[in-house]
Amino acid sequence: MITLDINGRAREVDADPATPLLYVLRDQLAMNGARFGCGLGQCGACTVLIDGEAAFSCLTPVSVLAGRKVRTLEGLGTAESPGAVQRAFIEEQAAQCGYCIPGMILRAQALLERNPSPSDAEIREHMSPNLCRCGTHVRILRAVRRAAGAMKDGR
Amino acid sequence: MRRREFFQSGGALIVAFSLLPGALAQEGKKPPLPGSLKDSPLLDSWIRIGADGRVTVFTGKAELGQGIKTALIQLAAEELAVDPGVVAIVTADTATTPNEGYTAGSHSMQDSGTAIRNAAAQAREILIGIAAKRLGTAPGRLQARDGGVGAPDGGLITYGDLVAGEALHVSAQMQSKLTPPGRHAVIGKSTPRVDIPSKVTGGASYVHDLRPPGMAHARVVPPPAEGAKLVSADVAAAGRMPGVLKVVRDGSFLGVIAGREWQAIQAMRALALSAKWEEGKQLPKRDELYSALLGLKTQDTVIHGGATQPAFAGRTVEAEYRKPYQMHGAIGPSCAVARLEGGSVTVWTHSQGVYPLRNALAEMLKLPKESVHCIHLEGSGCYGHNGADDVAADAALLARALPGRPVRVQWMREHEHAGEPYGPAMVTSARASLDSAGRIAAWQYEVWSNTHSTRPGAAGNLAAAQRLATPFTPPPPRAIPQPEGGGDRNAIPLYRIPDARVVHHFIPEMPLRVSALRSLGAYMNVFSIESFMDELAKAAGADPVEFRLRHLEDARARDVIRAAAERFGWSSWRPQPGRGRGFAFARYKNLAAYCAVALAARVDRDSGRVHVERAVAATDSGEAVNPDGIRNQVEGGIVQSLSWTLFESVSFDRRRVTSRDWAGYPILRFPGVPDAVEVVVVDRPGEPFLGTGEAAQGPAAAALANAIADASGARIRELPLGAERVKAALEA
Amino acid sequence: MARRAWRRRAASAAVAGALAAVAACASGPSAVPEGVPRPASFDAPRVAQGARLASLGNCASCHTAPAGRTYAGGRALQTPFGTIYGTNITPDRETGIGQWSQADFARAMREGVDRDGRNLYPVFPYDHFTILTDADIGALYAYLMTREPVRAATPPNALRFPYNLRPLIGVWKSRYLRTGPFRADPSQSAQWNRGAYLVRGLAHCGACHTPRNGLGAEQKDHDFAGGEAEGWHAPALNAESPSPVPWTAHALAAYLREGLAESHAMTAGPMTDVVHNLAGAPAEDVRAIATYVASLDTRPRAERERAQASALAAAGRAKAPDAAGDAGHAVYAGACAECHDLGRGVDGGALPLEFATGLTIPTPGNLIRIIRDGIVPGEGERGRWMPAYAGALSDAQLADLVAYLRSLTDRPAWSDVRAAVREVAKGGE
Repeated sequence: MITLDINGRAREVDADPATPLLYVLRDQLAMNGARFGCGLGQCGACTVLIDGEAAFSCLTPVSVLAGRKVRTLEGLGTAESPGAVQRAFIEEQAAQCGYCIPGMILRAQALLERNPSPSDAEIREHMSPNLCRCGTHVRILRAVRRAAGAMKDGR
Repeated sequence: MRRREFFQSGGALIVAFSLLPGALAQEGKKPPLPGSLKDSPLLDSWIRIGADGRVTVFTGKAELGQGIKTALIQLAAEELAVDPGVVAIVTADTATTPNEGYTAGSHSMQDSGTAIRNAAAQAREILIGIAAKRLGTAPGRLQARDGGVGAPDGGLITYGDLVAGEALHVSAQMQSKLTPPGRHAVIGKSTPRVDIPSKVTGGASYVHDLRPPGMAHARVVPPPAEGAKLVSADVAAAGRMPGVLKVVRDGSFLGVIAGREWQAIQAMRALALSAKWEEGKQLPKRDELYSALLGLKTQDTVIHGGATQPAFAGRTVEAEYRKPYQMHGAIGPSCAVARLEGGSVTVWTHSQGVYPLRNALAEMLKLPKESVHCIHLEGSGCYGHNGADDVAADAALLARALPGRPVRVQWMREHEHAGEPYGPAMVTSARASLDSAGRIAAWQYEVWSNTHSTRPGAAGNLAAAQRLATPFTPPPPRAIPQPEGGGDRNAIPLYRIPDARVVHHFIPEMPLRVSALRSLGAYMNVFSIESFMDELAKAAGADPVEFRLRHLEDARARDVIRAAAERFGWSSWRPQPGRGRGFAFARYKNLAAYCAVALAARVDRDSGRVHVERAVAATDSGEAVNPDGIRNQVEGGIVQSLSWTLFESVSFDRRRVTSRDWAGYPILRFPGVPDAVEVVVVDRPGEPFLGTGEAAQGPAAAALANAIADASGARIRELPLGAERVKAALEA
Repeated sequence: MARRAWRRRAASAAVAGALAAVAACASGPSAVPEGVPRPASFDAPRVAQGARLASLGNCASCHTAPAGRTYAGGRALQTPFGTIYGTNITPDRETGIGQWSQADFARAMREGVDRDGRNLYPVFPYDHFTILTDADIGALYAYLMTREPVRAATPPNALRFPYNLRPLIGVWKSRYLRTGPFRADPSQSAQWNRGAYLVRGLAHCGACHTPRNGLGAEQKDHDFAGGEAEGWHAPALNAESPSPVPWTAHALAAYLREGLAESHAMTAGPMTDVVHNLAGAPAEDVRAIATYVASLDTRPRAERERAQASALAAAGRAKAPDAAGDAGHAVYAGACAECHDLGRGVDGGALPLEFATGLTIPTPGNLIRIIRDGIVPGEGERGRWMPAYAGALSDAQLADLVAYLRSLTDRPAWSDVRAAVREVAKGGE
């Protein structure tokens, strides 16, 4: 049994230590926020935060998570009470199929927690590990800027 | 008796009326009802109202991320005068929704939207009629509002109280009393998408999120190359791996089911390592792709113009254009869940066509159609025929090996990249001459292409079925006829040209597996034609926008062109070294949405890198149900097209496809996204809906090529417009 | 470290040379202002030749800012003496070299003096370019003068005293700059000599791959014994080559063309730009470079073959936990083994790490950077991908992994891996 700190809660899971976090989240904990896009660290659909840093959950074996804090989409807010970045994405209607969006939200969260006033170039550079296939990029950038504004105002 | 009074006067007549379409059907004719009502004329196929007043809309179309659920809810809510929040929607399910074929070709609003709107309007009138009877008053004195029928005295009878039994189980009429544009409360509003809140907060939103009790995880081991036959695999060793429930081998179909997903992946890798395959079919040399294609046999059709070539005279311009294979590359590889129980198979799938898939699966499994039930759940954006149907077949075959348990199959990234059917490589050629007034006098356009649809339908089009020990063979590919077209979609220009001829050279033989990729042949044909229009404009010494207007009489086409040019500031453009502007226009299929794109780009001569600064589009989609939805689709279509146009090309060697992940198939990333994308929605209240999802791709591509030519003087006619190719063109 | 040694030696050099500096300072501005030819006057073949030479010289790399216009300068180059910015070498008249004659250009390339007579910092490797032939200088000039002029002022350098005193460079040059043409070695093949001319000249490989002294000059008696560039270690190319499988000319040529060679690691760090830009160079020149560089490893053939056999044998063995404990091995098993144990021949497989130079070089920095940041192709380019593990592994876990990977080699453990991880982590995001 392995104990993981997921969104501030201790969760016990029975998993082979080499299992990537992505599958433990999705299958054992029935969480949808991290998504399978490639399993290769090329697309970012699986992005979570580990100790505040964006990480590919498809490549992170649970064996390295002892004592580290994992945050997923579910930890940022709910449909009834979305977090600032989630709210910004809803307000900007920044999604088409929406499959890449959780990864985008987590990657943006990591940026904004460290750099509350990023420039456009910094946002683009920071978001570049994440792919979107529907072409929603322009809205995603707008949503990140909107979230930055909201978080600065304490909203 | 006038027609309306006839229909409102009583139950018996309703029954009699409902026989009418049946009578016509006996004559073999479909009643010309609006949209998809012609195939599913019963109102309650589309709209049901519960005793609690909740409205449920049924559609045979699927949500692909294009916002169709929201738009259809809006239409129903408008005509029924209810708040969209009380409208639920059920999509594509072979047990419960109408059969609307594939969600493809940008038909959803035209077909399903029209049906639902009319059905809702007619349902409303029926309910008003029932209320009128109950109140003993004339229907004209009543009004639908707030989820019920309102009386002049202010009283309201809710729909829930009105609807009973089979009230809506009637056939639709030819005409509906549609709410006029001036009174719209919901149509034309940018209602927020109903699916987004769940998607951004981790709600179960996709087939990938389905977790029925007892579900097992599976993976397949596809052939390393198309057509390769499986010689041997160590099935026994894989079967002994932790958690493995079953290893399935049927001919060259190889799959493994395990209790846990990671266990399935481990077993899949072990099976893949142990598997020995025969060589598959040989592929053409990548750098001789186009000559190889042009060397294949064709079926030629003149789709516009006469038997003889036009008479070219005076200034004549010629050009040939080329496009490689490009892939859907859905961000989430395809997934399906299937369960075999008591002789029936249920498949949860993100296929674009649950009914055709149902038929194909039934054929493959040798089951009656009624025993196969396909339910659409969302996948990631598919942009056409990707791996969705194939993975559904994989799941069905594996579920058959583990009766009673749901089996989930997730394709790996490599399987999706290497196994999905691609957008076909194409060659086009254009030739035109200008008269002394600078107008196009003669025009010949030819397009060489494979089929753009190998969708199931037939089990032989399912990859798994082709691999079974008793394989299903694919049916011979066919061209989709005009006016829709496949490789020849949008091959006929909308421009007024006195002597024009268009020839479609359909190539049946497919060196690589191909099928429908968003907009089908339109992307390439519009890229070619609109690049060529600029080449002609240059020869005529004319401004590219003015040159197009010179040849267009369609008022709506002229309007979007002017709107895009104006918003872009076309007439106040100041040239700067290394910067260029480009323009392009098309009406998708010459039937659907109009779209004009103006674009500004920078070209770095030394690296060949192109950066799009700004793209401005104007779109006319008829009556705009959800303007933001239209903008979202057009913005997305432009950015997606820029990725295709700048970067995308499937790579392969003589044996197999080598674009097996994002490293081998680079696409646009954030740094390459334009600085600004703006969309002007030209609303046409009262006009029929026009499909928009595929309207922007072609114009964006041509606008970019035209901007590069403007910036650098280099006209590039081969896609993609990558840095190497741009640099080489500049040095030439 | 060597930093303090530099300061001591530099200080004494400054004192000794201060008075002489003025006299030893480079000659004044170009005495005879020559006409600058118009772009149209350069003939196309010469421009094309210049383009090929610029690819070989990797000029674009130092003279282009990230996301900036090519050759317009602005790229910060970190040196032990402070930050120097690559200059704008587009033919812009105000901010670039638009007013430079060919003679001005030749003087800069061969003597390290600009048009105004100021010394150029030897981070611009004129100590290599000095051997270029007149024809090559002329071709490069033709190429640069026909580029798009870009108005972009180069930021001022931020160098510490006394390195910010340009006249002192005159002292440096008098000691370390050996002008004069390349001399072919008649006992070697034409291809080798071509390679030698390119490597020692335009390609300036020694600028990174040779260790430098406290004054930043290449140590000529340790030619190609390994050096440093932008925080990355540039491995030894001579008999001290740390590559587990010794390089052959064939493998080097593949590496320089494709960024990848059998049983060798992919390009990472500054070599990525080099290989990317070499795509514009003629294939036979790349082969010549490979031939010459391969000859630098003077180990006897038998010794090289033994090293190769031993590396290949090691790759086949299963990996066990190291003496230091399970921590690093556990990380490897969970995060790396799935791809790296498969080898490249299989879909999703990667280089067995027994072949990786990153494990055998003197310092762990390269390996740490590669694991943290991955290896990602440039925009629109295909091939070569190693995912980034920055967030997935904590600094401590990364250090354990790196120490474990070192233990797979027969080299002594790296000292203070944790500090190295911290330093790399600080430098990044």
